[in-house]
Amino acid sequence: MTRESRDAVLGALRRATGRDSNAAAAAASVGDRLARHARNTIPARGQRDRRGRLDLFVEQAEAVDATVALVSGAADVPGAVADYLRGENLPTRLRMAPDPKLDAYPWDEAPLLDIEHGKGEASDTVAVTGAFAAIAETGTLMLVSGPETPTTLNFLPDAHIVVVRAADMVACYEDGWDRLRATGRMPRTVNFITGPSRSADIEQTLQLGAHGPRWLHIVLVGDGPGEVEGSDG
Amino acid sequence: MSADAPTSHRFPENARAALADETLQRSLASAKVGFRVRRSEAAARLPEFEILRDEARDIKNHVLAHLDLYLEAFETRVTERGGHVHWARDAAEARGAVLAICRAAGARTVTKGKSMISEEIGLNAFLEENGIEPVETDLGEYIIQLRHEAPSHIIAPAFHVPKAEVAATFRKHHTALDPARLLEQPRQLLEEARGVLRDRFLAADVGITGANFLIAETGATVIVTNEGNGDLTQTLPRVHIVVASLEKVVPTLEDASTILRVLARSATGQEFTSYTTFSTGPRRGEDLDGPHEFHVVLLDNGRSDLVGTELQDVLRCIRCGACMNHCPVFGVIGGHAYGWVYPGPIGAVLSPSLIGVEEAHHLPSASTFCGRCESVCPMRIPLPALMRHLREREFEKKIPPATQRWGLRIWAFLAKRPRLYRLATAVPLRLLGRLGRRSGRFRSLPMAGGWTSQRDLPAPQGPSFQSLWDRAGGRREKPV
Amino acid sequence: MTDARPNVALFVTCLVDLFRPAVGFAAAKLLEDAGCTVTVPRSQTCCGQPAYNSGDRADAAAIVRRTLPALEPFDHVVAPSGSCAAMLRLHWPALVADEPDYADRAAAVAARTWELTAFLTDVCGLDSVDAAYDGVAAYHDSCSGLRELGVREQPRRLLRGIAGLTVKDLGAPEECCGFGGLFAVKYPDISGRMVSDKADDIEASGADTLLAGDLGCLMNMAGRLKRRGSAIRVRHVAEVLAGATGAAPPIGEGES
Repeated sequence: MTRESRDAVLGALRRATGRDSNAAAAAASVGDRLARHARNTIPARGQRDRRGRLDLFVEQAEAVDATVALVSGAADVPGAVADYLRGENLPTRLRMAPDPKLDAYPWDEAPLLDIEHGKGEASDTVAVTGAFAAIAETGTLMLVSGPETPTTLNFLPDAHIVVVRAADMVACYEDGWDRLRATGRMPRTVNFITGPSRSADIEQTLQLGAHGPRWLHIVLVGDGPGEVEGSDG
Repeated sequence: MSADAPTSHRFPENARAALADETLQRSLASAKVGFRVRRSEAAARLPEFEILRDEARDIKNHVLAHLDLYLEAFETRVTERGGHVHWARDAAEARGAVLAICRAAGARTVTKGKSMISEEIGLNAFLEENGIEPVETDLGEYIIQLRHEAPSHIIAPAFHVPKAEVAATFRKHHTALDPARLLEQPRQLLEEARGVLRDRFLAADVGITGANFLIAETGATVIVTNEGNGDLTQTLPRVHIVVASLEKVVPTLEDASTILRVLARSATGQEFTSYTTFSTGPRRGEDLDGPHEFHVVLLDNGRSDLVGTELQDVLRCIRCGACMNHCPVFGVIGGHAYGWVYPGPIGAVLSPSLIGVEEAHHLPSASTFCGRCESVCPMRIPLPALMRHLREREFEKKIPPATQRWGLRIWAFLAKRPRLYRLATAVPLRLLGRLGRRSGRFRSLPMAGGWTSQRDLPAPQGPSFQSLWDRAGGRREKPV
Repeated sequence: MTDARPNVALFVTCLVDLFRPAVGFAAAKLLEDAGCTVTVPRSQTCCGQPAYNSGDRADAAAIVRRTLPALEPFDHVVAPSGSCAAMLRLHWPALVADEPDYADRAAAVAARTWELTAFLTDVCGLDSVDAAYDGVAAYHDSCSGLRELGVREQPRRLLRGIAGLTVKDLGAPEECCGFGGLFAVKYPDISGRMVSDKADDIEASGADTLLAGDLGCLMNMAGRLKRRGSAIRVRHVAEVLAGATGAAPPIGEGES
């Protein structure tokens, strides 16, 4: 059935587009477009220096109900996570992505945190993951799936804490795609996450935490003193 | 529910019922204000918004002119990544393809992300008939599924249901929960649905989503949601099925990014939707999660007939809902009156194109051509022009009632003959002018019931302007 | 504007011709006062929208071919209606685009066709007119003028100079009044609700007068306001701008 249907649909499209008369030129045009993946207009908004992008990211993420903590270096990350959980009255038991990038942080220095590694489970309340990139334009996090970065952590827990390096801050989605192409692999899943889960399906009343996390907390990690702490937010 | 036969041919009756439904009227009044303000503010915050609309339009026009080639490229990439593409000429083939995949997976329940294509092909009823339980997971879709209703809006499917009715629906269906529980606030309703659906997500054998885009460059399918339900739907079960129509394909990730910039702003006024997810094939070898199988069902269902025609522009639609949010007709009758899956201005063009002008002939006529839909459409679809084109098809097929067609005939006959026109109008005008002079209006008039059922008819002054101009010695070109 | 008085054809529109000649005279006076020589081509009847919007493209095109020659000799064509002006400006060329004898001619006339207030301000360069009106007016933007021709500021600019007049915006200024030509009689229930909502908006504005640039919308709104017993006076904007409100009672009101 599908073979016959495929031929019928594509045949109809070829007739409608007059493909017989322009096949070579059309194929070249499509091939070129797919190979070049040229950029269209990029909003000027994100085209700032590194510091400006950080400020924009924080502003945009907070506008969509994410919270952001700015820390000057890797050493401060575990403490920032612990502080956040305490402040929100969330449990200290957390599920962490088995991501070597996260191993760079000295979790032993936050002994109250009860850390398990693995993919997300139904019983998880808090997840901690890294991010492939952060996109200043709209305060968006870009996460990719892989053995070390399971997607379920992004959606099953009530609270999602994302630790992202300031060095991974890019201006726009297109910068994110270029970085991803540079890795040479296309993961099963790319998640653009902009704020926590929400729904306005009941009487147009916006509520957070529909099916995904109700809390999205972003720990933004600088490369040293002074890089991020003075930032707005 | 949505697999029911369309009722578009009963549009006037449907509309009357909607106008008499006070609950619906309240929902409509509050929804439209919010949508309009948010869209307008979001557009104003992005200086490049209008340029992006132009580019988004151009991208889709380019795709539609090369649709066969982009679909082949998409299919190749999906297959390379270990996924499967199933081509479906019509709704029945698409349903059959989904069922076959579900059966092969031994599925008993499937979770579903919000998908208009699923509505279009009547998938839920079909799965139920075949012993498979479909569970809608978008909060609004879940509510209307429990109520056995169709969506009344493409992005806010349950906006017509007030919270008290949601609560009643939940009490009726969630019988395992404490009957004494409080269900008054939207928060309580949301928490209950989250809890109930979480179990369904974990138990489902297959997850079915739609797609906002298909990326030819990578073979990715893209969903855009605020709730995260689509992600749980497509990540947890063993099998992920995407149902999507042909025209969803775009060339590259860059092209999708451009259109995404106008999508959320036009739909909800958000800068970006909470979750935009690109899925490419099944889970990779070492992945800890994700589906083991990935299928894309590509639906034509009449769309290839539109390519290369005057109606092709409608295929640029990205289902943001802005046209209905700004439509003054939708604003007073809501979505159900349109009688099929797609309401509002986009439905007025899409429905006759997909289910025929005979069934849906009212829809393109039920517009004042106020043009607001076109002015907000992120893809710059000339909706009034397309509706007018459909009216021309209806006129050619003699679908409007004979009285209307003859009235128009007679009027046109006169309008082409100025002297006869003036002769024919002079006497009735003078008569009406005299009859109406004292009150200035008529409460009713023979043959004007359509007008006077709703409003008085202001009386003519009496003589025509043309006759008075002559009387006043006004300048004329040399007499004809 | 050059020294010579431009020759303007007044495209009076079928509704003004049949229902409210006062608007035609007001438009002619405004144009004369602005320095134009005004002619009313005799062989005009209607712009063709009833046929065009009903799917009767053949008759609409026939009306274009029939009317075009009468408008061609003039420097400008001006209509006291955004809807009819938009028909000439945007849709006439499309209707005869495939007819070599008419395509260029329709495009040429279209380029010289204007809605009245847009012509007075944008072409004649008027900033104000000499007239007075005692009242508070709500101004309704008709959809075609607003969205097809971009007429929004022009009538307001001229009204600002009217002695004694205050102009208010409606709460939902971009909302259609529900007229839509034959829509109003084909779908009376829907149209009735739309014009009812519009009447609510007009009354809530606190205005005692309703002005607009299109007689179809005005007859619809006046008809609804009068049906519910409203005292709001409804007039075409040209009547007020020309200081010609003495020529006829407000729309839908009698002489008594």
